[in-house]
Amino acid sequence: MNKLLAKLGLVKTGMEARKSVSFGDPEAAKGGLFWSIVSIVVILAVWSAAVAAELANPIFLPSPLDVLGQFKMVATDGFRGSTLWEHLAISLYRLLTGFVLGCLVGIPMGFSMGLSKITRGYFDPIVEFMRPIPPLALIPLSIIWLGIGDASKIFLLFLAALWVMVLAARSGVQSIRLSKIHAAYTLGASKKQVLTKVILPNALPEIFTGMRVAMGVCWGTLVAAELVGADAGIGFMITVAGKYLETALVFVGIIIIGIIGAIIDVGMRKLEAKMIPWKGKA
Amino acid sequence: MPGLTIDRVGMIYQLPGGGEVEALKDVTFDLKPGEILTVLGPSGCGKTTLLNIVAGFLSPTSGKAVFGAGEISGPGPDRAKVDKLITGPGPERGMVFQQGALFEWMTVAENIGFGPKMKGVAQREINGVVERYLQTVGLKGFGEKAIYELSGGMQQRVALARCLANEPDLILMDEPLGALDALTREKMQGLILKIWNETGKTIALITHSVEEALFLGERVFVMAPRPGRIHKEYRLPFARRGLAESLRDIKVTDEFTEKREEILTLIWEMEEDIMGKAELADDMGGAPPGGGEKQGEHAAGVGGKEGGGL
Ligand SMILES: Nc1ncnc2c1ncn2[C@@H]1O[C@H](COP(=O)(O)OP(=O)(O)O)[C@@H](O)[C@H]1O
Ligand SMILES: [Mg+2]
Repeated sequence: MNKLLAKLGLVKTGMEARKSVSFGDPEAAKGGLFWSIVSIVVILAVWSAAVAAELANPIFLPSPLDVLGQFKMVATDGFRGSTLWEHLAISLYRLLTGFVLGCLVGIPMGFSMGLSKITRGYFDPIVEFMRPIPPLALIPLSIIWLGIGDASKIFLLFLAALWVMVLAARSGVQSIRLSKIHAAYTLGASKKQVLTKVILPNALPEIFTGMRVAMGVCWGTLVAAELVGADAGIGFMITVAGKYLETALVFVGIIIIGIIGAIIDVGMRKLEAKMIPWKGKA
Repeated sequence: MPGLTIDRVGMIYQLPGGGEVEALKDVTFDLKPGEILTVLGPSGCGKTTLLNIVAGFLSPTSGKAVFGAGEISGPGPDRAKVDKLITGPGPERGMVFQQGALFEWMTVAENIGFGPKMKGVAQREINGVVERYLQTVGLKGFGEKAIYELSGGMQQRVALARCLANEPDLILMDEPLGALDALTREKMQGLILKIWNETGKTIALITHSVEEALFLGERVFVMAPRPGRIHKEYRLPFARRGLAESLRDIKVTDEFTEKREEILTLIWEMEEDIMGKAELADDMGGAPPGGGEKQGEHAAGVGGKEGGGL
C-alpha cells in the first residue's frame, strides 16, 4: 500500500522525507503521478459534464463516449479506404523517413560546419536563408515539384528536421572544452581519432536535444502537409473528417497524435538517459 | 631522457579589435631531465601561454622552444635534426589540465587507457597499464566507474594516471589542483611528489598557491605581468625533502615559512606595482615610463636574500 502511495507521489520517501524545506526545491516538484491522473479524470469529467448539460451542439463537442465509439469504428472498419492503423502507419512512415533523412544529412553537415572554415562559410548562407522559412510555406512548392504523394511530405519533413539538426550538431561540436581536444592530441590521438573519440561523443547531448526538437517540428509539419494534399494519413483523416463535420473523428485524430507524440518523446528521453548518462553531470 | 630549452621566447597576442598584448617577453630557461619546476605569478602574467608553447599548442612570436636537443638518431650531425623545435603537440609531452578535461563518455579505465589505445596497443596490454596506473594514483578498483561518479580529487588522479599511462618524458600541469579543497590538495601534492620520485619524469607545474609552488618546486619561477616574464627564480630543497619527510612537517619549518613569506612579499609588491602603474597610467592618460625598470629594482632588492639558508 505504501509502495503504491509512494509511486503515486502521495507520500514522501527516502531523501525527500528527510528534507525539511521542499518549497522551491526542484526535486520536490517531481513524481506527482497522482495529480496527473487527477488531471486526466478532471478533463474527462468536465468534458462529459459539458456535453451532458448540452452546453454545446454535439457537432462542436462530441462526448467522450462518441469519440471512443468513433475510435473503435475507424480502428476496425476504417475511414476512406484505410483503417486508423493504416492512416497512422503511413503518417509514421513519412515522419520517421523525413526525420531520419534530416538527421543523416544534418548531423554531418553541422559537424563539418563546426570543424571547418570552408564548410562553415559555404553552408552559412544556405542555412541562414532556409532556417527561418517555415516548412509550411514550402508546401505548395513541394507539391508542384513532387506531387501529392509521399515524396513531397517526406521532403518537407526532411527540411524541417535538417536545419534543426545542422544547428544542433554544429553547436555540439563547438561546445567542446578546448582542454579535451588538447588532452587528446597530447595523448597521441590523430585528427580522425579526435573526431570519433572526442568531438563526436562530446556532441551527443546536444544532438539528442536537437533530435527531440526536430521530432516536435516534424509532427507539426507532417499534419499540416497532410492537411493540404494527401490521400491517407492522420492529418488527411482529420481534414476530411472536419470537412464533413465528423467532429468525433477529428477528436480521435488529435488524441492519437498527442499520445503517439508523447510516447516518442518519452522513448527518446529514455534512450538519451541510457546513451548519455553523463549529461548534465559533468 | 630529453630536456627542454626555452630560448628568448616572446608571445604577442593580436587582439581582435586591433591592439596587442605582450603575454611573454624574452623568457629563457632550461629544464633538465628529471627536474621539477613550479611557476607562480599573478593571473594574466603568461603562465598558461608559456605552458601552451611548451606543449606545442601555440608557436611563439619570437624565440624558440626546443625539446630534446641532442637526440641524434642517424649518422651525420644535421643541426636541423638535432634540435627538436616544438612545432605541435606530441605524446612525449603530457599535459594535466584543470578539471573538465577528462572524457565523460568513457569509464575511468578507458580514460587512462586512451593514449595506448590511440597508439594501437593490444587491449590486454592496455589493461595491464591501466591497472598499474590505477594503483599508482590510489584508485585501485575504480576502473569501471564513470567519471561523473568521482569527486574532484579523484578526477584529477585519473587525469594524472591518463597522462602517465602515455609515458611522456615531460609532464606539464596547468593549475591541476586549483579547484580542489585544501585537504585533497595536500594529498595530491604528496602524490605528485611520489610520482616524480618514482618515475623520474621532468615536471613543470603552474600554480596559484605559493605553498604549493614551494613544496613541489625544486625550481620555482615567479613571473611578472605586462609583459609576462620570469621575475625571479628560486632553487629550493623542499621537494627533495618531501620525498622522505611528511609534507605537514616541512610546511611548518621556519625555513619553509620564511621562504613563503619572502615570495608572498615579492608578489604583493608586484601587485602593488601593477596597481600603481594602472593609477599612474590613468592620471597621465598614457603608458607609464620606466615601469618595467621599477619592477626590476624590486627583484634585485628581494633577490639579495635568496640563497640564504639553502
Ligand atoms: N588567445 C588570446 N588572445 C588574446 N590575449 C590573450 C589570449 N590568451 C591570453 N591572452 C592574454 O595574455 C595574457 C597572459 O595570459 P595567460 O597566459 O592565460 O596568463 P595566466 O595563465 O598567467 O593567467 C593575459 O593578459 C591574457 O589576457
Ligand atoms: Mg592560466
